[in-house]
Amino acid sequence: MAEASTLVAPDVAERVLARLLAHGGELGELFCEERRSLALVRDDRRLERPQLGSERGACLRIVRDGATFYGYTDSVSEGELLALAASLASAARAGARTPAPLTAPRQRRLHDVAVPPTAVSIAEKADLVARVDEAARAQGVAVVQVRAGYAESTRRVAIFNSDGVSACDERTRVRLTCQAVARRDGRTESGVETRGGCAGFELVADATDVGERAAQKALALLDAVDAPTGEMPVVVGNGFGGVLLHEAVGHGLEADAVQKGASVYAGLLGKRVAPPFVTAYDDGALAGAWGSDGCDDEGTATQRTTIIAEGELVGYLYDLVRAREANAAPTGNGRRESYRHPPLPRMTNTYFAPGDASPEDLIAGVRRGLYAVSFGGGQVEPATGDFVFGVSEGYLIENGRVTAPVRGATLVGNCLRALAAIDGIADDLEIATGFCGKGGQSVPAGVGQPHVRLRSITVGGTRA
Amino acid sequence: MTGKGQERVSAGGGAAGRRHELAARAAAETALEAAVAAGAEAADAWAERRRSRRVVVWREAVEELGEAVSCGVGVRAFVDGRWGFAYASGFASDELAEAARAAVALARIADRETGAGLPDHCGQAEVPDLADERLLAASSDHCVELARACERAARAQRAVTDVEQVVYQDAWLEVTLANSASFAGAFTASSAWMYCTAFAGEVGERMSGFGLDIARAPQGLDPERTGREAGERAALLAGATKPSSRRCAVVFDAFAAAALVAAVGEMLSAEQVERGRSPFADKLGAEVASSSLTIADDATLPDGPASAPFDGEGSPTGRTELIAGGRLLTFVHDVRTARRAGTNTTANALRSSYRTPPVVGVSNLVVAGEQVPFAQLLATLGDGFYITDLSGLHSGVNPVSGTFSVGASGVVVRGGELAEPAREMTVAGSLTDLLRNVQALGDDRRWVPLAGSVSTPSLLVDGITVSGR
Repeated sequence: MAEASTLVAPDVAERVLARLLAHGGELGELFCEERRSLALVRDDRRLERPQLGSERGACLRIVRDGATFYGYTDSVSEGELLALAASLASAARAGARTPAPLTAPRQRRLHDVAVPPTAVSIAEKADLVARVDEAARAQGVAVVQVRAGYAESTRRVAIFNSDGVSACDERTRVRLTCQAVARRDGRTESGVETRGGCAGFELVADATDVGERAAQKALALLDAVDAPTGEMPVVVGNGFGGVLLHEAVGHGLEADAVQKGASVYAGLLGKRVAPPFVTAYDDGALAGAWGSDGCDDEGTATQRTTIIAEGELVGYLYDLVRAREANAAPTGNGRRESYRHPPLPRMTNTYFAPGDASPEDLIAGVRRGLYAVSFGGGQVEPATGDFVFGVSEGYLIENGRVTAPVRGATLVGNCLRALAAIDGIADDLEIATGFCGKGGQSVPAGVGQPHVRLRSITVGGTRA
Repeated sequence: MTGKGQERVSAGGGAAGRRHELAARAAAETALEAAVAAGAEAADAWAERRRSRRVVVWREAVEELGEAVSCGVGVRAFVDGRWGFAYASGFASDELAEAARAAVALARIADRETGAGLPDHCGQAEVPDLADERLLAASSDHCVELARACERAARAQRAVTDVEQVVYQDAWLEVTLANSASFAGAFTASSAWMYCTAFAGEVGERMSGFGLDIARAPQGLDPERTGREAGERAALLAGATKPSSRRCAVVFDAFAAAALVAAVGEMLSAEQVERGRSPFADKLGAEVASSSLTIADDATLPDGPASAPFDGEGSPTGRTELIAGGRLLTFVHDVRTARRAGTNTTANALRSSYRTPPVVGVSNLVVAGEQVPFAQLLATLGDGFYITDLSGLHSGVNPVSGTFSVGASGVVVRGGELAEPAREMTVAGSLTDLLRNVQALGDDRRWVPLAGSVSTPSLLVDGITVSGR
C-alpha cells in the first residue's frame, strides 16, 4: 500500500459529500476518474485511424430509502462537484447527515507494470501490430486478410464515501487482438485470437503467436464440416471456454438479479448445484488477470470469493447497496464502465478450480461428441437460466479422438441442468480476456477454466 | 437534477440553447485551429453535448434515477493522405487543443490511405424536426410515473408472475460538426425509450417477455401498451419445453427479424466488402434476395432512431436502396470507400459518440415488401416455428461467411396455428440464403433500436435448421 496523489483531495471530497447529504441520505459517494486510452489497428496491411482518448470526470451518488440517485460531470473541479452535489441533494427534504471524516486514500498494488505502455513509442506499437499481421500471413497462402489491433488504457480512479471510505486505484491494461481471414475454393472463414491483462507492454511485446493462432483457426475452418445437431457430450476448452461459467453461473449470482428473484440461483445458497468435484471462484485480486483491480469502483478492496465449494452454492457477488440490503459483506464486485455510469454488481475474473484429470482423459471418454475449444462469446438470461454460446473453434470427437473441425456450432442449454451435467474437470486452468455487457455497460472481465466435460448438452448446427 | 449544477437546461431555441450551441461551435473551432496549427492539412471536429436521464422502477418503487449533462469533442486530422483521431471529454480549450495535436501526431505515424480526406461536398439534408422539446419539459417524476404505469400494465396480465424491472431512458443530443473546408453544421435530436421484462410461469419453468417503445419525447410513449406487450410475450412462452430438431420454415417476429437484418446490414459495409470480410463481397448487381424484398438505408425518416441531417463526415444524408427487386444495388459507403470504389458516398460514416471516429455502417434499415396479415403468415407457414426471441447474436453470427447459429425461443406452429411453446433451441442457416428464402412479410412493422436501428415486420423464412432434442 502506498499513499497516492489523487484527482480530488480528501478535504475537497469531505466538503462535496457534506453538500451531497445536506438533506439526508444513507450513503453519499464521489467517484472520480481520469482515463487515457490508445488504440492502433493494422488492417489490409496498413496502420489506419490510430486513436487516442482522454476523459476526466466524476459521478456523485446518494442512496436514500434504498433508491440510488446519481449525476455526473466532465470535471473534477470543486466548484462543479459542489454544484452537482447541491443539485442532487435538493430532491430530498430530510435533516443533514454528517459524513465520516476522510483520510488520504491508499493505493493497493496487485501487479507490477514492468514497462508502462506510455513509456513505449507509438512507432514500436505500430511495429508490433505489423509483426502480428505478418506472423498471421506466414501461416499459409490461404490467409488473405488480417486485422491486428493493439489497445492500452491507463485509468486512475479515486472513491470517497460518507462512511469514511477513501480509496484510489491506478489501472493499466494492454490487449492485443488479431482477426485473420482465410479463403480457399470459394470458401471464406475467419479466426480470432486475443491476449491481454492488467500489465505493461511486456505482456504483449513479443506476442506474435497471437497472429499465428488466429490464422491457424481460420485455416482449420476451411476444412471444417457442418456442425452436428442434437444432444451430445461436449468437452469445453480451457481459457476462453470459461465463458461457460461466466454465463451459466456467474451472471445468476450477481446480487441485483438474486435480490429481485430474477435469477434461477435465488434461494439456492447452501444447496447442491453441481457434482462434488466442482469448485469455482470470482477473484478480482488475481495478480495480472484481465478483470482484476486493486479496489472495485466503490472503493471496496477486491477479493477471491468462493461461489461454488465442492458442488455447493456458497456465495453471491455484491456491491455496497445490495450487500447492505442482504446484510452481507460487500465482495468487491461494484463495478462501472466509467464515471458516466452507476455501479452494478459485476463479475471480475470468474473461473472453475482445476481438477485432476488431463484434457486427454476427458476426450478419451467420449464416443461421439464435440470438442468446443473456444467460444466467440455467449449470452444468458439469468431469470430463466437459458444460455447460448457460439463455438468459434470446435472439432468432432469420435471414439475418444479429436477428428474433423466443425463450423457453425452453438451450445444451448439451461444453467442448472448444465452445471449438473459436468462430469469431468482437467488440471489446466487458464484465464482469458473478455468484455462483459450488462445494463448498457461494458467492463473487462476475465473468464477462465481448465478443460471441462459436460455429459450432455444441445449442440445447434447447420447439419439437419 | 442536472449534471452541471447551475446550468439548468432549456429548449434548444431558448437563450441557454443558443449559448450551448455557441459553446459547442467554439469548442469545435478551437480544436480545428489547433489541428491546423500543428500541421494538419485538413481536419474536422465533432462536438457533442448530451443531456441524458435514466429511471429504473421495480415494484413501483424508484430503484435508480440518474440525470446528467456531458460533453466532448472528437478531432480527425489529415496529413499527407494519412489520418489520426483523438478525443477529449469536456469543452476545456487547452484539453481540446491537446487532443487536436495528438490527432496530428497520430496521423503522422499512420499509413497512407487512398481516398482519405474531407468530403468534396458537405451539407445538411432536409430532415423533419428530430428534437421534441416536450422532452425537456417532462419532469423526472413524470418519467417515473410512466415506468410505474408500464409495470402495472405488465402485472395486470393474467399469466404474469413477476416483472424484472422497467427502464426509462431519454437523451437530448446537440451535435456540431465543423471542418477546415469551412463546413459547419449542427443538429439536435431527442429520444425517449422504455422497456420492460415480464415473467410468466413459476420459478424453474419461468419464461420472460420483452416490451419496448421508442419516441422523440416521453409524451410519445405508450407505457400501457409496452407493459402489456411484455406480459403477452412472456405468456406466449410459458411452459415452454425443448422441441425436437428439424429443418423447416420459420416466422421470425419483428424483434427477431430485426436482429438478423441488422447482421445483414453490417455485411453490406463497403469497408468489410473491400477487405474480403463480407459474404456479399462479389454479389454487387446479383440476385441476393427474394424478388419481393426491398432493403433501404434511410437517415431522413422522421421517426428513425438513427436519423440525422448529415453523417459523421458532414455528407448530407439521404435514402439509399441497398436491395430492390431481389438485387444487390449498392453497399453503404463513406467518403474513403466511395473514392476507392469510384462511386459516391452514401453518407454512411457513423459516429456513435464523440469518442469514436467515423466508421462505415448503416443508419436506419427499412425492410419492405408486400405485407400480409399475421394469421395469413402463419397459414402460409403451415408447420414450423414462430420465433420471438434470439440470443447470442454477437457470437453466433459469422460476419465473414454469413453463417449463423443462435439461441431461440418461440412457439411451434402446426397446421397454421400456434401450438406449444419451445425453448432451449437454436436456429441456424446462412444470412445470404435467408434473404433469398423470405417467403412473405407480416403487417406488424415496427422500429427495433436494439442492434442498430431497423424497421421491419415479421418475416416468413424457409430452410432454417432448428436444433433441440
